Amino acid sequence: MMIADSTAHVGPWAAAAMIAAIILSSTTGEVLTAAAMKSIGDLDEIRARAGMKGAIHAVVTCPKFFAGVGFLALAFFALLFALNHLNLSLVAPASASLTLVTNAIAAKFFLHENVDRRRWTAAVLVCIGVYFLAH
Amino acid sequence: MAHHRLSPRQYLILGLVALCAPLGDTCLSRGMTSLPPISLAHPATLIAAVFTPWIAVGIALLIGFFASYLTALSWADLTFVLPATAFGNVIVAFLSRFWLHEPISFLRWTGIVLITIGVGFVANGPSLTERPVETASAAAEAERLEEEKVG
Repeated sequence: MMIADSTAHVGPWAAAAMIAAIILSSTTGEVLTAAAMKSIGDLDEIRARAGMKGAIHAVVTCPKFFAGVGFLALAFFALLFALNHLNLSLVAPASASLTLVTNAIAAKFFLHENVDRRRWTAAVLVCIGVYFLAH
Repeated sequence: MAHHRLSPRQYLILGLVALCAPLGDTCLSRGMTSLPPISLAHPATLIAAVFTPWIAVGIALLIGFFASYLTALSWADLTFVLPATAFGNVIVAFLSRFWLHEPISFLRWTGIVLITIGVGFVANGPSLTERPVETASAAAEAERLEEEKVG
């Protein structure tokens, strides 16, 4: 069992908790960041109109952006902590593939994105693909 | 739903999103595994780890990823951008096969095919959900232009 090999000194529940912490903080951060960027508008257009300074100003004056970055930073330190105790071959695919599914669910309910059959199929295919790639 | 097609520049930004993330993660992994185990009782050691060379390079790559990711999110849906991130795994697998000459098992080739199909599925669809507000404002703008033309 892969989880047992990779978690010889931490136990499967601790490993699951570490991966869940990454997924939860990462999904919250990505949804908040996506919401912030949608509220700001097309960065390429802003840069064409107001230059790089204008684009940076638009991003750093958005409170939602900082909330998102805060959660992404939390996810980053959760990843560093997990990598220190577990194998990359477990942490990377498990967190990456499950985050795709949780993000699709969160995008549908919180960002009201049109997650149609095409996008669900893509999320599931990529999720299985990432899992296979790690083995 | 109207199709929001991407320009070559926007595809380039998605390519940077796909490339920088896995390379950055690999650098972080190499840096963290070379360190002794870190306990939650001493969280300051996690901060100190940030200044070691491999982790610093990893962070620089992840900053590049984040800048491209934010730009992509400003003109595309989260559920459109995320599969592009996963496509980075395919790029790394190809680099390891053809550059580092590492063997790739049948299961990994299957994974590569599945991710490629998944990304192709999303890339062929619209990149942005059309909002009713956008549609309404676009209709109002068209109506205003029509009135101006008639007037």
